[in-house]
Amino acid sequence: MTWVSQLVQKPWVWAWFGAVSMWVIITGVSGFGAGGQVMSAAASFGTFFVIVAIGQMFVITLGPGNVDLSIPACMTLSATLAMKFMNGDPDLLVPGFLISLGVGLAIGTTNFLLILFLRIPPIIATLSASFLYQSTAIWSNRGLRVKPPEVLGDFAVAKVAGVPILTLVVLVVTVGMAFLLHRTRFGLSVLAVGQNEKAAKLAGIRVERVRFLTYLMCAVFASVCGFFLAGFSGGAALNMGEQYLLMSIAVVVIGGTSVAGGYANLTGLWGASLFMFLLVSMLNTLGLSAGYRLIVTGAIIVAVIVVSGRKLAR
Amino acid sequence: MARFLTPKALRTLLPALSLAALLAAIFYLQPRTMSYFGLNLLLNLAVPIALATIAQMFILCVNDLDLSLGAFVSLTACITATWLNDTPLLGVLALAACVVAYGALGALIHLRNLPSIVVTLGMSFVWTGIAVLILPTPGGSAPEWIRTLMTLKPSLVPFPIIASVVIALVVHIGLMRSAAGTVLRGAGGNPKSVERAGWSLLRVKVTMFSLAGLFGVFSGMALVGLTTSADANIALRYTLLSIAGGILGGGEFVGGRVSPVGAVIGAITLALAGSFLSFLRLNPDWQIGAQGAILILVLALRLLVSSRERRI
Amino acid sequence: MQSAAPLVKMSGVEKNFGAARALTGVDFEVNRGSCVGLVGHNGAGKSTLMNVLSGVILPDEGEVQIGGVLLDNGYDPAGAARHGVRSVFQELSLCPNLTVAENLRISHPSIKGIGWRKAARKVILDELDRIFPGHGISPDTEVSSLSIARRQMVEIARAFSSVTSKIELVILDEPTSSLDQNSAAQLVDFVRQFVGKGGSVILISHLLGEILDASDKIVVMRDGRSVAVDEARNFDRARLVRDMGDVLAENSEFGARSGAKREGPPVVTGPAEDEHQLVLYPGEIVGFAGLSGHGQTEMLVRIFEAAQGARGPIVATDRAAFVAGDRQTDGIFPLWSITQNIFVSSLERLKKGLSFDFERAEREAQDWQSRLSVRTPDMGNNILSLSGGNQQKALFARALGSDAGIVLMDDPMRGVDVGTKQEVYEILAEEAANGRALIWYTTETDELKHCDRVYVFREGKIVAELSGDALNEANILGASFEKEDA
Repeated sequence: MTWVSQLVQKPWVWAWFGAVSMWVIITGVSGFGAGGQVMSAAASFGTFFVIVAIGQMFVITLGPGNVDLSIPACMTLSATLAMKFMNGDPDLLVPGFLISLGVGLAIGTTNFLLILFLRIPPIIATLSASFLYQSTAIWSNRGLRVKPPEVLGDFAVAKVAGVPILTLVVLVVTVGMAFLLHRTRFGLSVLAVGQNEKAAKLAGIRVERVRFLTYLMCAVFASVCGFFLAGFSGGAALNMGEQYLLMSIAVVVIGGTSVAGGYANLTGLWGASLFMFLLVSMLNTLGLSAGYRLIVTGAIIVAVIVVSGRKLAR
Repeated sequence: MARFLTPKALRTLLPALSLAALLAAIFYLQPRTMSYFGLNLLLNLAVPIALATIAQMFILCVNDLDLSLGAFVSLTACITATWLNDTPLLGVLALAACVVAYGALGALIHLRNLPSIVVTLGMSFVWTGIAVLILPTPGGSAPEWIRTLMTLKPSLVPFPIIASVVIALVVHIGLMRSAAGTVLRGAGGNPKSVERAGWSLLRVKVTMFSLAGLFGVFSGMALVGLTTSADANIALRYTLLSIAGGILGGGEFVGGRVSPVGAVIGAITLALAGSFLSFLRLNPDWQIGAQGAILILVLALRLLVSSRERRI
Repeated sequence: MQSAAPLVKMSGVEKNFGAARALTGVDFEVNRGSCVGLVGHNGAGKSTLMNVLSGVILPDEGEVQIGGVLLDNGYDPAGAARHGVRSVFQELSLCPNLTVAENLRISHPSIKGIGWRKAARKVILDELDRIFPGHGISPDTEVSSLSIARRQMVEIARAFSSVTSKIELVILDEPTSSLDQNSAAQLVDFVRQFVGKGGSVILISHLLGEILDASDKIVVMRDGRSVAVDEARNFDRARLVRDMGDVLAENSEFGARSGAKREGPPVVTGPAEDEHQLVLYPGEIVGFAGLSGHGQTEMLVRIFEAAQGARGPIVATDRAAFVAGDRQTDGIFPLWSITQNIFVSSLERLKKGLSFDFERAEREAQDWQSRLSVRTPDMGNNILSLSGGNQQKALFARALGSDAGIVLMDDPMRGVDVGTKQEVYEILAEEAANGRALIWYTTETDELKHCDRVYVFREGKIVAELSGDALNEANILGASFEKEDA
């Protein structure tokens, strides 16, 4: 039974185990019809969680104290500006996407500059900056909900053999990110910095450059997520990013990435993403209100950190 | 004269100076605020913010950060507006449990060497969840005695000012002047050698976190006294405000350097800044952004001052 | 002043840290009313011995008695305080965010209640006045705004101040390293007064004149045991230096490499205004010597940063690789395998298109395994599965495997077994022969015989450059300790 014990030790197994358990409970309570439906919804919504979680995962892997709290505001601002620019015109789809990318690049750069030059903990930098990004979104939105071009909306909900196309795309991206993390100089540098920043510097790694690229990447993922989420939900709402902060961190932590830095894995992101969505669905099925969802989610995050805590060197 | 302009002096004077400058600007824009009634109105909300800032200050003092404070204050506000009002005994027990929970969190963070940032972030959702369960929609009402206290109209000086002074003094004496407080601060400055001298770092952490919980409870109670009702999101902005206030008041993220008086002044300044921005007829779209901008500005200023300090 | 029984009696004390034998059977006594000077070069065991005495670590073998009481395994810093033992170590233990008087509260829990501040002020001020008259320190100053010299004065005064308990013995480890001459002299005077009144002091210092002035008895340690014990008046500077060194060792191997040719322009140059300018040529092995903590590591880091492109007084014309001595903080990536820990410095060099060439990295790791004899069944195992010495080999492989022309070594052989050292020495010589430039900071004087030239550090500066016939242990030791005679 050694393969079982080896499997159990992989951190991402628990996320998948959790996801499957949730699905079993839902199906047990509401039947296979509901089970199939919720699986499909999980695949759709879960995809968006995964997109932001990828970026957040790289940031958290950089080491303790690195978390990007500006993800919701980034999503909102990127979606707002892109939707406004495109104004429903399908010909402007590509420029709209580029604007979205541009917002991500600008926000990532701003976050990094605040961290580098103001020497404040990344948490504070991204938290403060997020208010500015949110305000910018509010100011440019003017309260009108601009519909996305039909093409974008169609793409965001399109399915192939019952599986959303977006999910397939993000799956491919995930594979690409796994390659980036484990097999390229950049990914290996991130993992090194997260384990021992001083040693990484003395081993010749350009720590600040790595940090810059990581925060940049996180913001770009958030902004792209916002773009497609707006397509999916029929427009950019000012509160569209609300639950994504919690989700991005929960998915990363529950998926098995170490909060102490230096260890990350992408398989767990999908498992955790499905788990989180199914958890909420299960709680709804059982008739438990929003409050319970928040409590359970928060408690699970804390529990995972407590249990998996690698003793940080004092 | 040169001695007065030392960077350290500047660091302690910064909060008072910025408050004075802000007050001057407000009086200039709206001369009618320069009255008992006007001041009372302006500074009303400063009291719960000051209490929350003190709570955050305790956490900062032991080199941690509490990202759940806003949610926690919202929770205590909800408890105050419902249980404390309807069934006082249950309310008191619940609030006491909140304080104990904070202390337990401190113990957990110390014993397992957890990053307080992510733990408190997770806990913020727990607090909000409980608050939502208690008050799914805005409601509840303030207990009579709290309402009376918060709306006191003493003859000469507006209540918020008296309250702020009392809070600042009590915490100052407790943390900065007393023998016990000195050990608590020392543990933030050089934990290893304080431990080696025989003090228990676990007890220090639990004490500081419990104090933070206590002042978080007070903050929620004071807030309800002013707004008379509560909801689960009522104080979420207190997280950022309390951090900004503590830093503006001369506190630092590491090293055990905090100032209760500075923190209260910082809190008042931030509370006023909100009014100031609306007097400036700032587009309401930017009010949220202003909060973030203020913290960034404060940190930039501090960096400027401390880099001069290092060059000297 | 001789008392019947010694205050401190340590017999046969041994302490090992893994393979490293820090104390190899030490007998050490301190009488009441006397000051014992403790001298020795790096690795002599002075700090370890004092750590045992002050309860920070427990010995593996041997007995320790304080005041006639035999210490047991429950002895810890609190116990030391109860026995009246105080210590001032080199790491400052004050809380920088508290004032001088407030710091007293930390070390003296009995100061409490109303008016505690006044009591604390008085205690520390009295002691400061006693030891350092004219000190000018106000007890209400925040420690962080005091100069290092003043902080050290406060640390010392705090150690000598007692509120409730009696002070029997004060251990001073390099107490004057940051003090100016005047304050240092005041301290020596005070030590004499203190022992005159019956107290005891153990003084560790690299300033031999100070040791000769302050001590009644001097103990010279080397290689984990005491090699010379005599009354202070029977020592002079020359004898101390001689006793610290290895009289029986063959010195002929030193300077053997001096014939190495210097090829081409230097790869590292320090500021020309320095009394001894730092220069490094390709093909050389240059040593950094001197007592540990006198600026050698800082210099290595500055050279490394210069090699990475930082502007400053040091100029480097090639890339540099760093071999850490403090593995845990500076070198090891604890979650990674041995192979990964090796190739981390070659991420750029081992690029294959977009990705990293793992096969080539693994082959190179295998090569290093045989070249350095890394003892492990599988280079894919986690790095922490290796012994300390083998972990160090992995760090060497990392640096030597990179394409940097300069290799900086930060005392990398600490705690490494003799066999490993031999293997590494040979490889370093090969690397130099291939044109690499190496700087080797070591706390073991013996290793310097593998160097072409040696820079001796003292108090942050290079105080001597030794090569050829001048490169011998006596000169190295002499330069490490102060020049003036007592």
